[in-house]
Amino acid sequence: MTFKELFRITLGVVTASLMGTSAFAAQTNVAVAANFTDAAKEIAAAFKKKTGHDTVLSFGSSGQLYTQITQDAPFQIMLSADEERPKKLISDGLGVADSQFTYAIGKLVLWSKDPNLVTGEATLTNGTFAKLSICNPVAAPYGAAAIETMKSLKLYDALQPKLVEGANITQAFQFVATGNAEIGFVALSQLRGNTGGSRWLVPQNLYKPIKQDAVLLKKGAGSGAAAALMVFLKGPEARAIIEKYGYAFDSNS
Amino acid sequence: MQDLPPDIWIAIRLTIELAATATVILLIVATPIAWWLSRSRARWKEAVAAIVALPLVLPPTVLGYYLLVLLGPSGPGGFVAGLWGARTLAFTFEGLVIGSVIYSMPFVVQPIRNAFDALGDRPLEVAATLRASPIRAFWTVAVPLARRGFLTGTVLGFAHTVGEFGIVLMIGGSIPGKTKVLSVAIYDYVETSQWHEASILAAGMVVFAFVVILSMMLIEKRVSRVGE
Repeated sequence: MTFKELFRITLGVVTASLMGTSAFAAQTNVAVAANFTDAAKEIAAAFKKKTGHDTVLSFGSSGQLYTQITQDAPFQIMLSADEERPKKLISDGLGVADSQFTYAIGKLVLWSKDPNLVTGEATLTNGTFAKLSICNPVAAPYGAAAIETMKSLKLYDALQPKLVEGANITQAFQFVATGNAEIGFVALSQLRGNTGGSRWLVPQNLYKPIKQDAVLLKKGAGSGAAAALMVFLKGPEARAIIEKYGYAFDSNS
Repeated sequence: MQDLPPDIWIAIRLTIELAATATVILLIVATPIAWWLSRSRARWKEAVAAIVALPLVLPPTVLGYYLLVLLGPSGPGGFVAGLWGARTLAFTFEGLVIGSVIYSMPFVVQPIRNAFDALGDRPLEVAATLRASPIRAFWTVAVPLARRGFLTGTVLGFAHTVGEFGIVLMIGGSIPGKTKVLSVAIYDYVETSQWHEASILAAGMVVFAFVVILSMMLIEKRVSRVGE
């Protein structure tokens, strides 16, 4: 890279950021559970197109984001991967009462890059792999759902020595994507556009539905952009995107 | 302290084992590098010195990323792991040792090199005139005179490995007893709002760091006084 190029890029970034703060468009900061990363980016783009508001997304495990919010993080909305943490935020006095709603129901998938490895429940029973990747079950609801699934199948004790833990679902996915773990429990949304490998959509009767709730935080209470995004999330455009990523809306589906 | 869950003790033990193993390997690897950097007249030696020092500047995520790929099934680490039937060196104690050695290398090489530099040519020339072979001169003259550098390097290498976090988080997989070291345990406790455990461990690390730095200062002072 030459200095000229560097200069041009820097100039571009500066101009873009200056333009971003135009008179009418506001900005809202959103804490997003890692499984919702791609969907949230797409929703933010659609939201920007429709309203002109900018959305600044921060990703992490629900537990991590919750901890940050309790420590005064500048988030206006939290898109959690569970319903407990939004509920707790409201009872902590950090969330706006009655703002909580379920924006998506997450689906758990057992996934491998090897096209022949995952055939179904039998893959877990046979255990012909060295490492099974999950995310931290205490911090991330998908990790808890993975543990619950293994326990429902009475395989947890057998599989436990093979578990490797990512701090969030993105890392659990990346352990499998880099081939360091042959297999892993990931979110269905992470496999969008990925037709390779083999996968097993874990039947819903093996784990409690992952009800992913949104909550308006006290820091966003006065923000028009935050309020608009909460409304937008329930609207048809956002729901179409959410559905596209494999999420459900009805916990019985 | 009784109310600490047993996994904390597992993490403490693992951290000490990792730091001790890495420090021993570091001393073995760093000593010839430091010696060469100190004695060589090669024009490109500062380039080698810069490579050794890279971890000082690079974010741990860069090393973590490379290690994740290199230790994995399609990298050299996967080949090595294949020798005993495994697929990857990620998620293993050995993998963490490799990461720690790279990460802490500058903290061991630099003080030893400085100590070798400070020797000057004179003591070795004297040893040579007394018919000591270069290897003998190295062990009986250079190493003892550079003891302060070795001591500093050992303490810094050990302490810096204890303080390692980003790389372990990226290649460790948080396995209790194998890759879940203290720094990762603290991270997990904070992420899951277990403040009690987090604060005990965090305070413990502050005390540890203080003791390490203070004792190093005191030892250095003493060694330099004895050396005079």
